[in-house]
Amino acid sequence: MATVIVVTSGKGGVGKTTTSASFATGLAQRGYRTVVIDFDVGLRNLDLIMGCERRVVYDFINIINGEANLNQALIRDKRVENLHILPASQTRDKEALTKEGVERVLNELRQNFEYIVCDSPAGIERGALMALYFADEALVVTNPEVSSVRDSDRILGILASRSRRAEQGEAPVKEHLVLARYAPERADRGDMLSVEDVLEILGIPLLGVIPESPTVLQSSNAGVPVVLEDGSDAGAAYGDLVDRFLGKNLPHRFITTQKKGFLKRLFGGG
Amino acid sequence: MGLFDNIFRPSPNKSSAALAKERLQIIVAHERGSRRGSPDYLPALKKELLEVVRKYVPVDQSQIKVHLDREGGYEVLELNITLPDEEPQSRRGLEIPRNTGQG
Repeated sequence: MATVIVVTSGKGGVGKTTTSASFATGLAQRGYRTVVIDFDVGLRNLDLIMGCERRVVYDFINIINGEANLNQALIRDKRVENLHILPASQTRDKEALTKEGVERVLNELRQNFEYIVCDSPAGIERGALMALYFADEALVVTNPEVSSVRDSDRILGILASRSRRAEQGEAPVKEHLVLARYAPERADRGDMLSVEDVLEILGIPLLGVIPESPTVLQSSNAGVPVVLEDGSDAGAAYGDLVDRFLGKNLPHRFITTQKKGFLKRLFGGG
Repeated sequence: MGLFDNIFRPSPNKSSAALAKERLQIIVAHERGSRRGSPDYLPALKKELLEVVRKYVPVDQSQIKVHLDREGGYEVLELNITLPDEEPQSRRGLEIPRNTGQG
């Protein structure tokens, strides 16, 4: 039985695609047959973050419209076995993303995959609603910043009222908080909402904290999901997140500051 | 600059994060409240109001809007009926239009 997971946030630029890419890659690395779908019709970007932009031939809308079959459109990842990418269409009309069409494609994917990761576009328009409609679980990506937290709360409201599970009166979508771009030293200083603050406001279980890290940009420059970068804090945090999702009980790393020595405090610095 | 700041970092009377948290808690509670959906008598209220108005003016379903807002401790029920804009008559409110046949 396949599990459908939406990666969503409401607000743009908080790390949905970065999270989708690393989460799907992490699941595949651990041996699960995984497909990651870009729902951002018109603004395709997952292909670029995954480094397969030059191999896109057919897309999600082509399949919905019956212009290609899944095997033609799915891109097999070259680095990680078990991982496939279904890119978004760049030019087509968003109206093509129908509930029936999306359901048909998901049902076909369920035959061959254990995890179906849906990378939601920003906002609460059709693309975002379609990405979350069929979800069994949701990764809500939030930055420790007021507008992001507020938008995440709105998305939680939509998950609870407008998902298929809500409409059919089934068990609710299982929610997970992913707190991205976290800077513990700034939180300690009182300049940034802390992990505890965000948890208290949103009230959903914490799946992972991803530290603010230059390697996120570097890996996107290279088209490599950051989870594959050895020695990267953010990559390691995504690895932990995947393990936790799969049921491992791991402590959260990268949420406290390393104590500075007296001299370092005296003379400032880093 | 940095030397004294670093040693005796003043504990700010209220950090910006604390302010952010406080603001978020208020707005999120407010938005959750209004999200909880409208009371279930609203559709019936809307239907009956429409029936009353229709006794006097021909309006259809789409021209009546009922909206409920919560502000602070009280609720505001807003009722908006768009009367058909035939003649200047509409200014006279709910008076029965005499020349209905002309339409």
